[in-house]
Amino acid sequence: MKLKLATVALGALMAAAPAMADLVVPNLSYRTGPYGANGTQYADGFNDYFTLLNERDGGIGGEKVQTPECETAYNTEEGVECYEATKGSGALVYNPLSTGITYQLIPKVSADKIPLYTPGYGRTSAKNGKVFEWVFNAPANYWDGASVAVKYLLDQNGGSLEGKKIALIYHNSAYGKEPIRTLQELSRKHGFSLTELPVDPPGQEQKSQWLQIRRDKPDYVLMWGWGVMNQTAIQEAANIRFPMENFIGIWWSGSEVDVKPVGASANGYKALTFHGVGTGYPIYEDMKKFVIEPGKASQGGQFVGSVLYSRGMYAAVVIAEAIRKAQELSGTSNITAAQLRDGFEALEITPERLSELGLPDFGPEIRMTCDNHGGSGMARLQQWDASAGKWTLISDFTQPDQEVLDPLILEDSEAYAKEAGISPRC
Amino acid sequence: MLYREAGDFKTSYRDDGQTFPIRLDRWGYYAILAVAFLVVPLVIDSYWANAVLVPFLIYAIAAIGLNILTGYAGQVSLGTGGFMAVGAYAVYKLMIALPAVPIIIHILLAGAITAVVGVLFGLPSLRIKGFYLAVATLAAQFFLVWLFNKVPWFYNYSASGQINAPERTILGWAVTGPATTASAKYLICLVFAVVLAWVARNLTRGSVGRKWMAIRDMDIAAEIIGVNPLTAKLSAFAVSSFFVGIAGALLFAVYLGAAEATEAFGINKSFLVLFMIIIGGLGSIFGSFAGAAFLVLLPVFLKNLLVVQLGWPTDLAAHLELMIVGALIVFFLIVEPHGLARLWQLAKEKLRLWPFPH
Repeated sequence: MKLKLATVALGALMAAAPAMADLVVPNLSYRTGPYGANGTQYADGFNDYFTLLNERDGGIGGEKVQTPECETAYNTEEGVECYEATKGSGALVYNPLSTGITYQLIPKVSADKIPLYTPGYGRTSAKNGKVFEWVFNAPANYWDGASVAVKYLLDQNGGSLEGKKIALIYHNSAYGKEPIRTLQELSRKHGFSLTELPVDPPGQEQKSQWLQIRRDKPDYVLMWGWGVMNQTAIQEAANIRFPMENFIGIWWSGSEVDVKPVGASANGYKALTFHGVGTGYPIYEDMKKFVIEPGKASQGGQFVGSVLYSRGMYAAVVIAEAIRKAQELSGTSNITAAQLRDGFEALEITPERLSELGLPDFGPEIRMTCDNHGGSGMARLQQWDASAGKWTLISDFTQPDQEVLDPLILEDSEAYAKEAGISPRC
Repeated sequence: MLYREAGDFKTSYRDDGQTFPIRLDRWGYYAILAVAFLVVPLVIDSYWANAVLVPFLIYAIAAIGLNILTGYAGQVSLGTGGFMAVGAYAVYKLMIALPAVPIIIHILLAGAITAVVGVLFGLPSLRIKGFYLAVATLAAQFFLVWLFNKVPWFYNYSASGQINAPERTILGWAVTGPATTASAKYLICLVFAVVLAWVARNLTRGSVGRKWMAIRDMDIAAEIIGVNPLTAKLSAFAVSSFFVGIAGALLFAVYLGAAEATEAFGINKSFLVLFMIIIGGLGSIFGSFAGAAFLVLLPVFLKNLLVVQLGWPTDLAAHLELMIVGALIVFFLIVEPHGLARLWQLAKEKLRLWPFPH
C-alpha cells in the first residue's frame, strides 16, 4: 500500500505542469556543468530584461511575461525533457542557447508550431525562412561570423590573404563544425590555407592542437569554442606565446569568463560580437531602479553589463519586440505562438527604436521577412584590454560576404527540405 | 497470506520451469503487460513519453544488453556508448539508403551490424580479463565515437556532423520524425523492450546462458567441463551488442530524432548504463528494468519536486540532484550490493511468510 501511495504521489508530481497565465517565454538555461559559467550570465540577462518590462511597464502590452527556467546542462536529452515539460504551459518561443539542442528542437517546434529564436547560434541555414518557417536566427549566424572575421583580416592585410595560413580551432560538435564549410569556401576565394583543429568537448584537453599551431605557425587562429574550452585555448595560446592580436574568437568565445582566468597575457585577444557591452547604456538606469535595487535581479545582478549578460538581454529585447509586433498585428495582447511567429517575420528593429529602448547603437538593424529569418548578419570586433579589464569595440558593424554565403545557405536548407519533405513557402 | 505458492500445484516439468512459478507473480506480470499495452497508450501525453517512459524503455534495453555481457558472462564493458552509436548510425544510414524498407527491419539490421562490431571488439576478451578488458572496451568507446565524427560518410556530409531521423511509418503511423505521436513512440519502444526482454530471459535460462554463467563463475573450470570459451564469450558479445545496438537505434531514431556522436554517445552513456545494471542488479533481467527506472526517473522526479513544486533555483536543484543521486547510489551499494533486484527478491521472500514469519 505504501508503495502504491508512493507511486501515486510520484505520478502526481511528474504530471504536475506549472500553472501559468500571462505570456510564457521559457528560459532553457544552464547554470551547471562545463558550460555553466557562460550559460548562467546569459540566463541572467534574459530574465532581467523581462523583469524590467514587468516592473516598469507592467509587461508587454499590459500582459506580464513569465520566464520559467529549466536547467539543461547543455545536454540535448535534458533539453528535450525541458522542452516537453514547458511546451504545455503555453510557451511562446524557445531560446535554448545550444546548437545541439536547437538541432533537436527544429523538427519538434515545426510540428508543434512554436517559434524558435536562436540569435547567433543554431542552424545557420535556418536563415532561409522559406524552408525553416518556425526558426529565426537574426541578427547574425555562424557563417556571417566567419565571413566578418575573414573580412576583418582582409582589411588588416591590405585586401589580400593570398598565401596566408589560418587555423580554425573548434569545439568538436555541431556548433564548432558549423563554420567549416564557409571558411573552406572563403579560403578558395581569397587564397589562404585553412587548417582545421577539432577539440573534443568539453575542451580542457588541447595540448596537441596548440603544439600543432606552434609547429605550423599559422598567421591567424580563429576559434569556435564555448565554456571551459575558451579559457583553456586562450591560456594555451599564451603559453606558446602566440600573438594575441592574431587570435580571433567567435562571439561565444569572447566574454569576461573566457579571458579573465588567463590574466595579463590575454591582453589583445579579439572576438566577434553583434551587440554592445558594458553598463554605459541608458537602459541600465531603469534596470538599476526597477530590478537591481529592489533585489529582483536574477542571482542578485552580479553579472550586469558583462558580454554574455548583454547578449541574453539582447535576445530578450528581440523577443519582446517580436511580441509587441505580434500584438500589434493580431490586435490582441494575449498572443499565441503562431501569432508570435508572424510577429517575428514582420519584425523591424531600427536604430531609432533601439535608442527608444535605451540601447542606442547596441545592435545592428534587424529587418526580417518571409524569406529572410536571419537579418543582415552584421557583426563587429571587440578586443580585450586586460589592464582595464574590459572589452573595447575596434571595428564598425561589417556586412558579411553574402555572395559566398547565400548559395551555401540555399544549398544546405534545400538539402534539409528534401530530407524532411518540406516544400518551400513564400 | 496472499502471496504464496501453497495450492499452486505443478504437474509438468514445463510448469515447474516457468519464469513466474507463483500464481500471483504471473498474474501481476500479465496485468502489467495489459496495462502497458492497452491502457498507457491511451492516456500518455508527450511529456510522459519523451521525458519518462521512452527513455526508460530504451535504457532498459541497453541495460539488458550490458547485463548479458557483464552480469551473465562476466565480461566488463565500458563500450556501451560506442555500441549504441553504431546502432544509431547504422539505422540512420539504412533509413536514408533504403527508404522503402520498413523501419522495424532497419532497427533489427542496425542491431545485427552492432553485433558484428561487438564481436570484433570482443575478440581481445579471449586473452584479457577484468580491468584490462574494461580498458580494451574503453578503447572501442573512444574509437567508435571518433570514427563517427571523423568520417563524413557516416553523417552524409552534413555541415554540422549531426544526423537527423527522417519520418518513417508503420502501418501508416509515424514512428520517427517530428509528427510522431506520443503513443506511437511509446508503443514501438515497448514492443522492442518486451520482445527483447523475453528473448533475453529465455536465452539466459537455456544452455547458452548457462555457458555464459559458467564462464563468468570460473572460466577454467568451464573450459574443462566442455564450454568453449571462444563461442561463449563471443556469443555474449554478439547478443549484448545486438541489444545495445537496438537501444542506440531507438534512442536516435525514435527518442531524440537528431544526434551527434560525441554528445549523445559519449563515455557518460557507457557509465550510465553500467550504473544501471550495478544498481539494478547484475545478472537479472528485472534488475535491468529496475536500474533503468531508477536512473531515468529519479532525476526527473527530483527536478519536478525541487524546481516545480518547491520553486528552488534551477542551478541549486541541478547540483542537489547530482548529490542525491550519488548518495543514493552509495547507499544502495552499501546496504544491498546485489542491487534492486535482490531487494525485490528479499521482499518477496518476506511476503511469502507474511504475516507469520518463523
